[in-house]
Amino acid sequence: MCLAIPGKIIELVPGQTHLGTVEVTGVRRRIDMGLLQEDPPEIGDWVLIHVGFAMTKISERDAMEQMDLLRMLGETEQAMEEIRGYGFHDTGEHEGASTGTG
Amino acid sequence: MRYVDEFRDPELITKAAEEIHRLANTGKHYRIMEVCGGHTHAIYRFGLKDVLPSNIELIHGPGCPVCVLPMGRIDDGLAVAKQADVIFAAFGDMMRVPGTHGSPFEHKARGTDVRIVYSPADALQLARKNPQRHVMFFAIGFETTAPSTALTLMRAKAEGVGNFSVFCNHVTIIPAMRAILDSPDMRLDAFIGPGHVSTVIGCRPYEWIASTEGMPIVTSGFEPLDLLQSIVMILRQLRAGEARVENQYKRVVPWEGNRAALKAMAEVFQLRPYFEWRGLGFISQSALRVRDEYSQWDAERRFPIPNTRVTDPKAAQCGEVLKGVLKPAQCKLFGKECAPEHPIGALMVSSEGSCAAYYNYEHRKTAAAMLTSIASVA
Repeated sequence: MCLAIPGKIIELVPGQTHLGTVEVTGVRRRIDMGLLQEDPPEIGDWVLIHVGFAMTKISERDAMEQMDLLRMLGETEQAMEEIRGYGFHDTGEHEGASTGTG
Repeated sequence: MRYVDEFRDPELITKAAEEIHRLANTGKHYRIMEVCGGHTHAIYRFGLKDVLPSNIELIHGPGCPVCVLPMGRIDDGLAVAKQADVIFAAFGDMMRVPGTHGSPFEHKARGTDVRIVYSPADALQLARKNPQRHVMFFAIGFETTAPSTALTLMRAKAEGVGNFSVFCNHVTIIPAMRAILDSPDMRLDAFIGPGHVSTVIGCRPYEWIASTEGMPIVTSGFEPLDLLQSIVMILRQLRAGEARVENQYKRVVPWEGNRAALKAMAEVFQLRPYFEWRGLGFISQSALRVRDEYSQWDAERRFPIPNTRVTDPKAAQCGEVLKGVLKPAQCKLFGKECAPEHPIGALMVSSEGSCAAYYNYEHRKTAAAMLTSIASVA
């Protein structure tokens, strides 16, 4: 659970500055960006995600390398399961997708 | 070493390995502890041991939150879960960790409402969706994870979500490192510092290790090249007779840490006077509890807690392995009674536990080699 997942911010939620949508290899989920409030991410930024929260901003190159690392560690599937599992700010579109919560 | 050819910068990896061989004094045995379980996993997965000189020994540290949690805490959490309205929510890593009467998954099979969540915020959402039930989030993790639990509790308080609580098992890395250094049977030359914990706490909290203990510490990334470069940085310091905190993982770890995360932790948590760690015993000020201002969301104050204390099975030597005194395969139960399919100790459950990592990569490799050699003889 120590490894972090890289994602690209593709949407900010109006009126809820701590929320954003990330895309991780084609999967889109809401995450919490509250831990980056001193340097809030913008659309197009890459972040490292840990348990549903953006921990730190990273470069696109580092994001690609982090995905490679997860692949090398055999943890891509686990990481994607985690991303798909985030259902905490679902808007209906993700309903039923949180495989681990039922 | 596996994957080098398909990994980025294979020439740099070769160069770093050569530099390690050049810097390591052949007359000396180096004991370097990687604190973080993620590093332990990466070291085994990539077979880094194969490229290091034999006089560099990597000792696996206590940085696997599932592994250091004493069984009594799991029993206590599951005791709360038995109450009629309670949903027990925890990360998937926790689900196969044995309690006295079985793991959370086994309790689920017997009717306890146990759910996997991928985020503490997911657990809060579960509470919002189930207003007639009480959702207790069984929180584990070092400073990497604690800020996320803190922010979740702040949101629960702000929204007035009354049917949510946290059973807090968050621990802090510095006191554990101090306990290891204080251990009389431990001799170390340097630390590979944790990567993602350091994104939160920064590098300053390690300064005492350099200044008081006179040992180098280098916070490291998780790629093979990161780990090898960190060992190069450590050896350079040792060769020059220096002891400093260095940051190899600058692309992710800011020297000052993450102030917003530290602020959230300070708002919600305070240090416990002491906390029990599996293998390390009671360590003072080594864990977090929920502050009085958030007591309504503290499962330990909301529910009666049995405060179970469980002595680990005598034959299992999890403690010695956790402290790095024994290698996983030196435990009497390793690979026999205790294996990933039927773990006795938590070190065999988590992929970041040194026993599971050793079993999955080294033990299977050795077993396969033995089979091959037996087959060739036959």
